[in-house]
Parts: sequence; C-alpha cells; structure tokens
Amino acid sequence: MQVTINGKQYDFDKGTTVLKACSEIGLDIPTLCNDERLVPSGSCRLCQVEIEGWGKLHTACTTQVREGMVIHTHSDRVIKARQDLLDMLISNHPLECLTCEKSGACKLQDYCYEYGITEGTYRWEMSKPYFDDTNPFYTFDARKCILCGLCVRVCDELQGTNAIGFENRGFDTQVATPFGEGLENSTCVSCGNCVSVCPVGALEPKSKKKFRHWETRTVRTTCSYCGVGCQMDLKIKGNEIVEVQPAFDAHNEGLLCVKGKFSYNFLSHPDRLKKPMVRKDGVLVETGWDEALDVITSKMKEVKKEFGSDAFAGLTSARCTNEDNYMFQKLFRSTLGTNNVDHCARL
Amino acid sequence: MITKEKLFEIKEKTKPSLVEKLLESDRVEFRGEDLVLKGEYYKKQVRIALKNCDIIDPTNIDEYIAMDGYFALLKALTEHEPGYVVEEITESLLRGRGGAGFPTGRKWNEAYRYQADKKYIICNADEGDPGAFMDRSILEKDPHSVLEGMALGGYAIGSDQGYIYVRAEYPMAVKRLQIAIDQAREYGLLGKNIFGTGFNFDIELRLGSGAFVCGEGTALMESIEGRRGMPRPKIHRTAHKGLWGKPTIINNVETLANVPVIMNRGAKWFRGIGTEESPGTKVFALVGKVENAGLVEVPMGMTLREIVFDIGGGAQDGKEYKAVQTGGPSGGCIPAELIDTPVDFESLGKIWSIMGSGGMVVMDENTCMVDIAKFFLDFSVEESCGKCVPCREGTKRMYEILDRITKGEGVEGDIERLEELSETVSSTSLCGLGQTAPNPVITTIKYYRHEYEAHIKDKRCPAKSCKALIKYEITDKCIGCTRCAKVCPVVAITGKVKEMHHIDQSICIKCGACYDVCPVDAISII
Ligand SMILES: Cc1cc2nc3c(=O)[nH]c(=O)nc-3n(C[C@H](O)[C@H](O)[C@H](O)COP(=O)(O)O)c2cc1C
Ligand code: SF4
Ligand code: SF4
Ligand code: SF4
Ligand code: SF4
Ligand code: SF4
Repeated sequence: MQVTINGKQYDFDKGTTVLKACSEIGLDIPTLCNDERLVPSGSCRLCQVEIEGWGKLHTACTTQVREGMVIHTHSDRVIKARQDLLDMLISNHPLECLTCEKSGACKLQDYCYEYGITEGTYRWEMSKPYFDDTNPFYTFDARKCILCGLCVRVCDELQGTNAIGFENRGFDTQVATPFGEGLENSTCVSCGNCVSVCPVGALEPKSKKKFRHWETRTVRTTCSYCGVGCQMDLKIKGNEIVEVQPAFDAHNEGLLCVKGKFSYNFLSHPDRLKKPMVRKDGVLVETGWDEALDVITSKMKEVKKEFGSDAFAGLTSARCTNEDNYMFQKLFRSTLGTNNVDHCARL
Repeated sequence: MITKEKLFEIKEKTKPSLVEKLLESDRVEFRGEDLVLKGEYYKKQVRIALKNCDIIDPTNIDEYIAMDGYFALLKALTEHEPGYVVEEITESLLRGRGGAGFPTGRKWNEAYRYQADKKYIICNADEGDPGAFMDRSILEKDPHSVLEGMALGGYAIGSDQGYIYVRAEYPMAVKRLQIAIDQAREYGLLGKNIFGTGFNFDIELRLGSGAFVCGEGTALMESIEGRRGMPRPKIHRTAHKGLWGKPTIINNVETLANVPVIMNRGAKWFRGIGTEESPGTKVFALVGKVENAGLVEVPMGMTLREIVFDIGGGAQDGKEYKAVQTGGPSGGCIPAELIDTPVDFESLGKIWSIMGSGGMVVMDENTCMVDIAKFFLDFSVEESCGKCVPCREGTKRMYEILDRITKGEGVEGDIERLEELSETVSSTSLCGLGQTAPNPVITTIKYYRHEYEAHIKDKRCPAKSCKALIKYEITDKCIGCTRCAKVCPVVAITGKVKEMHHIDQSICIKCGACYDVCPVDAISII
C-alpha cells in the first residue's frame, strides 16, 4: 500500500498498523502502552498522528494503513496533543527522578525530555498513594504508575495468571490485586513479566545493588535454569549483574520465569563454588580441573572393577543444556555401562 | 407453538375488551385509528416508541398482540427474506436513538453481509444519562416491543441470539423483561422454529451494575464477556467483530421499539414523520426547572420552543427561562436566543449540542452556567473508566478549575486553560465519554463567557447561585415577623419582634431557608 509519511512515499503490507509502519522506516512514535505481543489497548493516546482528511487525531497503534493515506507524525497539532498528554501525566506523578531506580530507562522521563515538559501544569490533587512490597521479588508504587495497563495485560494475555487488574474508576483507578489483598495474597507467581514491561518506575525489582542504568552494560546470555534456554540481557555494573531483562528478539519473546528474572544473586554469592574441590584427609580443598578429573576417572575405574557397572547411578540437571545431558547419559550408558541415569526434571 | 391463525385469534379476542376498558377509564381517546393518551400534554406528541406505554398491561402479552404486536415479525418471517427487512429499515432512515444517530439499516447491512457461524444482537438498555428515563419507560411499559424489534433484527442479520444489557438499578424493567421473555417463549415467539419457519431466536438478560461507560458499545461487550467494562479501541467494526469476536449489532431500546412499527406501517409512512434527514420521532425526558416535567415523544424537527413552552409549559414558578441542555453530560447548553432551533441530529450539532439519548434539562434565571458545567463535568469525572490519559487526568483538572471558579478562587487565564483542556480531551480521548465530556464546558463558555468572567474577575455569580459568591441580607422591608430567625438552622439571625432582623455573615451557611420563608421578600441575595 502506498502511504505518504511526513512527505515521503512508502510501501507497506495490508494490515500494517501506522505505528508498525513508522517503526519499519525508523520513525520514533512515542507510546507508553503499546506492546506488539498484546491486543492493542489505545490507552496512553501518545502515538496519535494526523491523517489528512480524517478530522481528529488517530492513534497509530490502532489504525491500519490504507492506500493513499497521508500521515503526519510530528505536525504542530500532534506535538501539542502529545505535550498536553504528557503534561497531564507528569502533573499527577511524583518528581522523584533523582532517586528513582528507573531513571535513565524510564519512558515517561524520556518523552518529557523529548517534548519539553517540566514539572506539570496541574499539580493539584494527586492519586492516592499506595505501596505494595509484599512480593519477595518486586515492589509496586502506585504513585509512579501511569496506568498504561501493560502489566495487567501481560499477566492476563501472556502469563495467563490474571493476578492483577484495575480497581476503581476515573482518576481513582489503580492497578490492584483482587479485593486489595496485596500481591502476597494474590495468585501472582512472581514471574516478573509485569516488571519487565513497566515503562516507568512503578514496578521495580527489589534490587540488592544501587546502580544507574547508564552505568550498566548489557550482555546477552542464555538462562541457565532450564532447557527452554530463554535468552536474557544481563545488566552489568562493573563486574556484577544488577538486573535481568528478557530478550524480546528471541524465542522467549520477552518473557522469563521467576528464576530467570530474579534469581541471579547466587552468581556472586561468597558460598558459590568457583573451583573443583577434592576431599583430602576428610577435608575439602580447592584444586585444579586436571586433578579433579583424574580423581573422578580413577575412582570410577576402581568402583567399576570392584562392584560392577550397576553400582553407579547418575543424576543430571535441567540446568544443563540438552547436549550436556546427552553426553552425560552417554557416559553412563556406554562408558560405565549402566542405565541408572536420570534427570531432575522428572517431576 | 403459536401459528398465524392463533395470533389473529388472540388479537381478535383481546382487542375489543381492551379498548372498552381503556375508553371507560377515560385516559385514552382515538386519534384516527390509533388509541392515544388523552390530555393537553399529549396533544402535540406523536408516539411511536411509546405508543403502548400506559395503554397496555406490560405483563400481558395478549394485550401487546392486540395492538398488532408480533404481526411485524410474523409478516417478515413468513413473507420476506432477511434482506428485505434490512432494506426496509435502511429505506426508513431510522437513526440510532442511543445518541450518535447512526443509520440503523446501514449498520444491519454490514452484519447481514458478513459471513459468520454466529452473530449477536444486543439491546443497549444501560441508560445512564443523569435524569434520563426514556428507555426505562419502554422497558417497563412495553417490553415486548423491544423483544420484537430484536427478533426482527436477528432475522435481518442472521443471528439466533440476543442479549439485553439492562442496568440492575432498573429492577422493575428487569422483572417486566423477564416476564415478557418467558411469555414470548411460551408462545414460541422466542426459541426454536418461530412460526414454523425454521428461524430460531432467543434472548437473555445481562445485568449491568450501573457504570455509565458500560453503555458505550464496546465497553458493554467487554462487560458481557465478563471483563471490566472499558471501551476497546475501534480497530474493527463491531458489525464484523463484536461480542466474542463475532459480528454484533448493538441498538438502543428506543431504536428497537421503532422497528416493529416501521415494519408494520412501512418505511414510507415513517419518512412522512419528522425531517428529511432525521425521520420519525424522538422521546425526551423533559426535566429541570420546567412546569410540566415528564416524557415527551415528538416528531423530529419540532422546535425547542414548542417542546419547552407548548408542551412543557415553560419555566417553573413564573421564573425566566434561561437555557436548555440536551444530550446529558455529553451535550451542550442551548441559550434562550436559540429557542427556535429545530430538534434533530443536524440542527443540534450545528449549535454545538447533540441530540444524545434524550435528556432535556430546562434551566431558569437562577441557574448558574458555570455551576451547570461543573455539575455535568463532575458526572463525567466520576464515570470515566480511567483507561485513557486525557479523560482520566484531563476531565479531573477541568473540574478542579471549575470548582475553583465557583468558589470565587478563579484566576486570570482559567477560561483559556479550560478551552485548551477541552480541545485536548475531546480530540484525544479513546471513547465517546471523554470525547464529549467537555461539551457542557465548551458550550457554556461559548454562550455565557460573561458569567465565567463575572465569577473570575468580579467574584460575582450573576445567577446568584454559587454559595461562595453570594450573601443573604435583610433589607428594610423587614417587618420583624421572626420567621427567618426561627427557620435558620445555625441561628445566624437575630432581632426583636417587629424590629428589623440581622444576619451574622460569619455564621450564615447560605442555605437559603430564610429567603424562602420571608413573607414580605425582605431578604435579598447579593
Ligand atoms: C459513554 C457512553 C455511554 C453510552 N450510553 C448509552 C446508553 O446508555 N444507551 C444507549 O443506547 N447507548 C449508549 N451509548 C451509545 C452506544 O455506544 C451506541 O452508540 C448505541 O447503543 C447504538 O445504538 P443505536 O444506534 O440504536 O443508537 C453510549 C455511548 C457512550 C460513548
Ligand atoms: S518513574 Fe520515571 S518519571 Fe517517574 S520518578 Fe521514576 S524516572 Fe522519574
Ligand atoms: S509477577 Fe507474573 S504473575 Fe505476578 S503479577 Fe506480574 S505478571 Fe502476573
Ligand atoms: S504498574 Fe507499570 S506497567 Fe502497570 S499500569 Fe502502572 S505503569 Fe503500566
Ligand atoms: S474516554 Fe474516558 S471512559 Fe472512554 S476509554 Fe478513555 S477513560 Fe475510559
Ligand atoms: S441563609 Fe440559611 S444560614 Fe443563612 S441566615 Fe438564612 S437561614 Fe440562616
């Protein structure tokens, strides 16, 4: 479909939304509530664009391109509308960027910067404060919530848990657990997928470390917890992981489970084994891989000779890759000669 | 199961005694062939949607049949294809009475032509406008007309399931509807194989719990599906993808009540009533400071003057008429100088108001227009679903500004700020609620800017209604009767018998009780 965007002609597939079309040509349209994986909700209204002949403004996330459409994404009228909307949001928002964990990775902050919004024109009545820190892994600060609905929709449409929803109406609307009983008493499984999508600092991991987003670098890795192999981006400050974000461009499509998302503290825990250990005179002492492997093979040979193959039993872990597990059973079956081999994922 | 013959038999058996009973009661008279309610109030009215109201017993299906009820359905099912019904309704140019005035036939046609294994028809009986009770009257007093309209719609678009979304605050309507559904099922007018034609159609009730926004079509569907009632963005037409993703037609109670009559008397007859572009009639709930409040059904195009003065009898208590508000919280205030505006979709739109679902609030000289704007906006603020930013945050800020103005705390620039917020909220909100919420503010600023200015600059309420800006004072007309002192709830009035009384302004709570009770009008509001 031939479409004109900001004076240039482009060709898009039928059914493409204006928002997608713009992102395909590298045009940044602000949005706080859009997520390709979810049913569009059109609630933040920031992605509005002007379409010639269409009268009022239209949200790019819920409008599909049509043949001959002429779109303006940054006309004066559009910019004014976005400024007004951001002004309304920031007017009902604590100005705590100085201490907010999200600072530097906050979409509200970024857009206010981009559109030149300072402290908000209407700093009158504020939403009722509410803070829920009953979940072991993350906190919810209603004051910072901009009600984009992403958390609610992710929990419903992708996670399928439906632990949270909206409560009250209008200005009093809040994200809440049923009957206000708190996250602790809800059906929340702490997957943290809501935390991963929150565009502001309303849902924050209970971080053990202080860090600024701009101090971190990102390393893509595979989650080591199970064979699904979710891809994740580790946020690293210095030499320490400070946060985990799911990868969106991988098969896990931006989702993780509670372990992948929150359980990385063991990595730098002082009790963690970092070198192989061998028991000498009843005491475990650190050693190198060569010695460790020598000990293992000599013991295996010894046992096999004396007690036979079925004296062995092997248990491996879901945290190893399929390839590792394959090699492990191969070792037991063909080298040691026993079928006594199993895996912890047998639930 | 009822047959054609049986339907005729019921009519012939019931009608004579019904007519006799009615004429005896002296409440009705004949206008041509039609039985209509008697009295001055009804003279100028033309009743189509309300034609049976207060005439038949709504809990007796036979009386509905006696007034030609279910004959339109019989005729459609036995003599016509569904396409014919769609054409006839399109031809009649019946426009939705729920507020937007969208042509019903065009909507039906969309669903009719869309292939699907299941389709739905929904009757929107959520009527949430403050002070509106048009739909309620039809539901309570003539429920079968809605059922028949839905069955006709179902036949037209190829749906076998209807839902009536009715607010739980209308317990009588719910009860009467359920009785009507049960009776229609018993007669086989709902259910399987209606009139032996193979057409199946049934209706179920769904109760809403009083959120105004659930009257919005997509929020209503969310609510029926068991979710929180919040509007969906309109990516697809609901006539293609509506309830549970299936083609769905949603129509207002009054719209549906018009359908059987149109099918009975023909599109041509219908177009003979009302105006070229808005044929037929509209029911209004005429309320506020009007002499004869109540429901009126008039041909479209009748002027506001005829409705407010000829039928409504003008402002109450001999006060001066000031304005009329149409369209409820989504509508606008129409000033006295525009009283000769014809009431139809186009004409009202031109003067910044809307037809809406039929609320018509009359205001007199003591109505403060800033306060009225605040009243309607407060409703929208309370009823906003909170989904989108402009409506959730913006209407609240507008309300705060209006509240300050009425309290005498308005500041220079408030009017402009209101205008700016109005523009943003109406042009960027997701659904009709937010898009129209600023209308009362926009129109009152447009027509009564001087009242806003008086509040802000002179700290004066010209209508003498905003408490913070008025004072009650006793003038020398006082005869010292002591009545005011007795009635004052906070003992602010002192004075000896037969001597002039005095109000202590620091105690007075401005309740107006003394003003109402003074026999010589010695108390003035300044
Ligand atoms: C906030 C809001 C509330 C509404 N409430 C009602 C209502 O109570 N009853 C109604 O029939 N239509 C209501 N509507 C209009 C419906 O969305 C819809 O247009 C109508 O039911 C369609 O029926 P019609 O074409 O027969 O008028 C409302 C719309 C909005 C935006
Ligand atoms: S959520 Fe964003 S805008 Fe709000 S305080 Fe934190 S960084 Fe600032
Ligand atoms: S952590 Fe997971 S289950 Fe809990 S609320 Fe968030 S998305 Fe839902
Ligand atoms: S908590 Fe975050 S994701 Fe959830 S609605 Fe609020 S801002 Fe959006
Ligand atoms: S305009 Fe108001 S009622 Fe409509 S979706 Fe937005 S917040 Fe909800
Ligand atoms: S207005 Fe009410 S409170 Fe004031 S003096 Fe009169 S009766 Fe008393």
